[in-house]
Amino acid sequence: MSDHDHGDHDHDLAHPHDHDHDERGRRNALRVEALESLLVEKGLVEPAAIDAIIRYFEEQIGPMNGARVVARAWTDPAYKARLLRDATAAVAELGYGGAQAEHLVAVENGPKVHNVVVCTLCSCYPWPVLGLPPAWYKSFAYRSRVVREPRTVLREMGLDLPESVEIRVFDSSAEVRYMVLPERPAEAAGLDEAALAAWVTRDAMIGVGQPRAPERR
Amino acid sequence: MSELLFADDETIAPPRRNGELVFESPWQSRVFGVAAALRERGLFTWDEFRVELIAAIADGEPEHEPYYASWQRALERLLAAKGACSASALDARERALEARPAGHDHR
Repeated sequence: MSDHDHGDHDHDLAHPHDHDHDERGRRNALRVEALESLLVEKGLVEPAAIDAIIRYFEEQIGPMNGARVVARAWTDPAYKARLLRDATAAVAELGYGGAQAEHLVAVENGPKVHNVVVCTLCSCYPWPVLGLPPAWYKSFAYRSRVVREPRTVLREMGLDLPESVEIRVFDSSAEVRYMVLPERPAEAAGLDEAALAAWVTRDAMIGVGQPRAPERR
Repeated sequence: MSELLFADDETIAPPRRNGELVFESPWQSRVFGVAAALRERGLFTWDEFRVELIAAIADGEPEHEPYYASWQRALERLLAAKGACSASALDARERALEARPAGHDHR
């Protein structure tokens, strides 16, 4: 009966105690170590190869790749046309490709249309151009809410779009990965491709933000 | 080269350097790396992995557990289905590792 007074209960449910986290993390770590050691013994993986893969994803790929693609599309109309026709081939021109970009589609924002990308079922994301997805992209809240109430979710993330702008939500899947081609900001007139790339944020390429001048970030 | 060119811009820097951790702890990067290595080797395709991942996320507690816990369960199930690593072998190895003397360098 006194449950009404005890906000803590809800809080505990939402945020398990630290020792639960620690214990879970310890078990996860043990389990993964067990898995890796068995696979190494079977000759199915090599620790050095795993190290190299992790290093590659942490250091070599990331949204700076997609930023180059967007900046090229902003400055080269023929490239932009190729990107919108076949994004997988267009990003390959700049040297990006491989797992999770085999069926890449670029969707273009305009004055009346804003695109936003999600993966409702898991976390499909175009790794070669955007890197690995940020934590919020993988969250249950984002995956479940952005389709239902995109305008509200975008506002909560700091992007307040006028009612006159239609919002289209693209659900990435095994078949298709999406990236957003944002509008080139009017303030960025006259800049070259390298300077423009600095305006392109990861969030702009997911569709939850807009390109911004580097010094104002 | 593009990394160097744009290195002064923190928003588009690689995840580690812009302060947003892609992996919250070493076991998460490890399970990602193991799955990616097995995929490169051709043991399974990403599409096969994705089917298991969707199931693991649906069965899990998405608001209470790290995202890569789902990867771990998905990988275990896929490897068991492929006959590459059984759950019982994994249980036994986990127990053996747990029985190590304290102070061992756990990951």
